[in-house]
Amino acid sequence: MQKIGVFVCWCGSNIAATVDVEAVAQASLSEPGVVFSTNYQYMCSEGGQSAIRNAIAEHGLTGIVVCACSPRMHEATFRKTAAVAGLNPYMVEIANIREQCSWIHRDKEEGTKKAIILARAAVAKLNRNVPLIAGESQVIKRALVIGGGIAGIQTALDVADAGYEVDIVEKTPTIGGKMAMLDKTFPTLDCAACILTPKMVDASAHEKISLFTYSEVESVSGFVGNFTVNIRKKARGVNSDLCTGCGVCIEKCPSKKAKSEFNQGLCNRSAIYIPFAQAIPNVPVIDRESCIKFQTGKCGVCEKVCTAKAIDYAQEDEIITRQYGAIVLATGFKPISLESYDEFQYNQCPDVITSLEFERICNAAGPTKGKVLRPSDHEPPKTVVFVQCVGSRATVECGKTYCSKICCMYTAKHAMLLREKYPDTEVYVFYIDVRTPGKSFDEFYRRAVEEYGVHYIKGMVGKVAEEDGRLIVQGSDLIADKQVIIEADMVVLAAAIEPDPTARSLGTMFTASMDTNDFFTEAHPKLRPVESPTAGIYLSGLCQGPKDIPDTVAQAGAAASKVIGLLSKDKLVGNPCVAACNEPLCNGCSTCELVCPYGAITYEEHLVVDHGVRETRRVSCVNEAICQGCGACTVTCPSGAMDLKGFTNLQIMAEVDAICR
Amino acid sequence: MHADERKEAETIIRASGVNVRKCMKCGKCSATCPNFDEMDIHPHRFVSMVEEGDIFALMQSKSLWRCLSCFACVERCPRGVEPANLIEAVRLEVIRPLAGNRLRPEAIPALLDEKIPQQLIVSAFRKYSK
Ligand SMILES: Cc1cc2nc3c(=O)[nH]c(=O)nc-3n(C[C@H](O)[C@H](O)[C@H](O)COP(=O)(O)OP(=O)(O)OC[C@H]3O[C@@H](n4cnc5c(N)ncnc54)[C@H](O)[C@@H]3O)c2cc1C
Ligand code: SF4
Ligand code: SF4
Ligand code: SF4
Ligand code: SF4
Repeated sequence: MQKIGVFVCWCGSNIAATVDVEAVAQASLSEPGVVFSTNYQYMCSEGGQSAIRNAIAEHGLTGIVVCACSPRMHEATFRKTAAVAGLNPYMVEIANIREQCSWIHRDKEEGTKKAIILARAAVAKLNRNVPLIAGESQVIKRALVIGGGIAGIQTALDVADAGYEVDIVEKTPTIGGKMAMLDKTFPTLDCAACILTPKMVDASAHEKISLFTYSEVESVSGFVGNFTVNIRKKARGVNSDLCTGCGVCIEKCPSKKAKSEFNQGLCNRSAIYIPFAQAIPNVPVIDRESCIKFQTGKCGVCEKVCTAKAIDYAQEDEIITRQYGAIVLATGFKPISLESYDEFQYNQCPDVITSLEFERICNAAGPTKGKVLRPSDHEPPKTVVFVQCVGSRATVECGKTYCSKICCMYTAKHAMLLREKYPDTEVYVFYIDVRTPGKSFDEFYRRAVEEYGVHYIKGMVGKVAEEDGRLIVQGSDLIADKQVIIEADMVVLAAAIEPDPTARSLGTMFTASMDTNDFFTEAHPKLRPVESPTAGIYLSGLCQGPKDIPDTVAQAGAAASKVIGLLSKDKLVGNPCVAACNEPLCNGCSTCELVCPYGAITYEEHLVVDHGVRETRRVSCVNEAICQGCGACTVTCPSGAMDLKGFTNLQIMAEVDAICR
Repeated sequence: MHADERKEAETIIRASGVNVRKCMKCGKCSATCPNFDEMDIHPHRFVSMVEEGDIFALMQSKSLWRCLSCFACVERCPRGVEPANLIEAVRLEVIRPLAGNRLRPEAIPALLDEKIPQQLIVSAFRKYSK
């Protein structure tokens, strides 16, 4: 017979206002096995926990029920308390009388009645609990970072500096991400390349970091501390070991009509290319779609001119299998497509561009060598209109409901840079709100207005039309209650940003949950901002939500510290609430193997004693290190052979019976 | 606010089906409106005035009769507010007490001839089928 103690928490007035906590404590005393009960203002506080410890010692309790908040909140806390007092932590049950009772009821009498029933159910279950011992598993001391933007680079550097191996998998031919495309960066206006490229070099030179560029994650198996990942290294068509990066192939390649992705399609590149001069690795890639050799079988110029004999048309994709203890998602973002925004004429007029295109036009290494020129006629624009919030804060279909967070600041930056370089240019910014929270951010925006004379107009642009090579911008000026028409030479749209489109498939692969906008969700919005709810998966950078470079780097460092914390452990304590097979009942039908989402079930030939008969049968076996205790197999098994430790069918039925009593 | 005016505001919100609270005051409706200069009260102001219950001024405004029912504002509003539907609802509130509901939607097809612009037909249906 168990000796059970019941501890009812007030949670200040959270519970006590709707539930008569004393009545719950009293009522539970008449339940089988209960020898002690009490109530306390905050059970989770040191006072509450010591009351639990003392009662365990004093009454020789074999199990405790805590009637309090959701087990998601404090189950771990109370298990630790029990363990300190010498009790097996799995002899603790939580009756959730806050989220599932006091918070959702108004009537105190009803609330109390329900709380008593919930406590009764927990006691009934606890009477059937047995002590469980958690297994241990090894931690592989290597991390995988997916995405080689500033977020991924920073996380990798921090983890590697702590002495652990890190692999970066980047899908494009180079690391660097969007930051490599930027010109100067707010709020200090330092040049992006000057602060990013040294970090790229550090990452590639670091003895603990391996780069897999032009590569993607193909599949993953395993669990925290012990992931096995297949990486697809796409065929570059160039042997990285032999290539010297001389670039003669790029120069001689006759196919020069492909749009440069790095320059946002503002200029062309050859079929064999390096995205930009400081790319890492400095090894070209053959884009097979535009390569004449791959399309028609002719050409082969690059092979002929390459003195290092590095060109290898026969190169094939390679699958590399590596093991990791921790995985960091750092897949970043992209601006949304502006195809549905006909009012701005983005698809029709070459001089209507996105802000990211503007970055390339401003950039000394960009298509115009840093001269701000109109894409249509390469003339310097005399009047430029910026439009903020394009596609952000919109509840209609083609937009995003959130604020993209970075565009107010980078638009102020663009406006200022333009006025700085070309003081004769008139610059207008249409805004709904100017959102500049952040250190030195509002001062930055005010400088654009007060020192640089940028015209900020409160209102939106409704229509852009091309007339004789000029852009007629029709907008509203809400403060003047006027409709304004500006004849502009260039219109720059601050397009909303969205997660990289590959995030969704990665989310499924890693069971990392996402919000409705496909940003990865954190385990807790305030207290666990860089962990995904799935153990061993961490989040870094813009893939988790809109943020600028300072925020990205801070979060990247935070993710690294979590990874280091995990990798520094030699062993991880597992979850003992895993599935177990009652072998005499199992008929080897394979149903459980098919439903297990983690691949934890295999079949083995075991000697089984069934009703006195000894025979060798094919039965189901659970790998306890892989099983996550989801219970899918237990409800699927047609013979009732599968059971979940800590949540056995008997325990659950006892709870149901207690509720229906 | 006058009690009658408050009732009027409620009717207009109900008849139009517009949730004025969704408006984020961006002014894109007024930026789009092709007849902005002819109006005394501009589309974005229509939305905020209905929100404030300032209906009598709207009922007397020139804008009621200057709005083309082109629905450009409805098409462009990033938050799906539908200002033109509000304008139409106010217009109905003015028209109905004057002439009663003389026109039934079933009667409209018989009144059409080929030269009538399609837009007008659509607007007529919208106005009289409320
Ligand atoms: C126009 C513009 C101007 C800006 N100006 C500034 C500024 O002045 N100051 C500032 O602080 N911030 C600025 N920002 C914001 C800044 O660009 C971001 O904060 C930063 O780039 C986020 O870094 P990230 O590494 O999270 O994402 P990204 O830079 O997007 O990097 C993600 C990387 O992951 C790779 N990747 C994606 N999916 C996969 C996959 N499935 N497998 C492998 N690799 C993958 C991508 O190819 C990319 O290399 C600006 C942004 C824009 C659009
Ligand atoms: S083979 Fe392809 S990549 Fe090489 S030079 Fe010819 S077109 Fe360019
Ligand atoms: S940051 Fe500024 S421009 Fe960007 S969506 Fe938010 S309010 Fe609009
Ligand atoms: S466009 Fe829509 S959200 Fe913007 S002011 Fe007009 S009604 Fe309001
Ligand atoms: S429907 Fe009326 S208010 Fe709306 S844009 Fe057209 S004319 Fe302007």
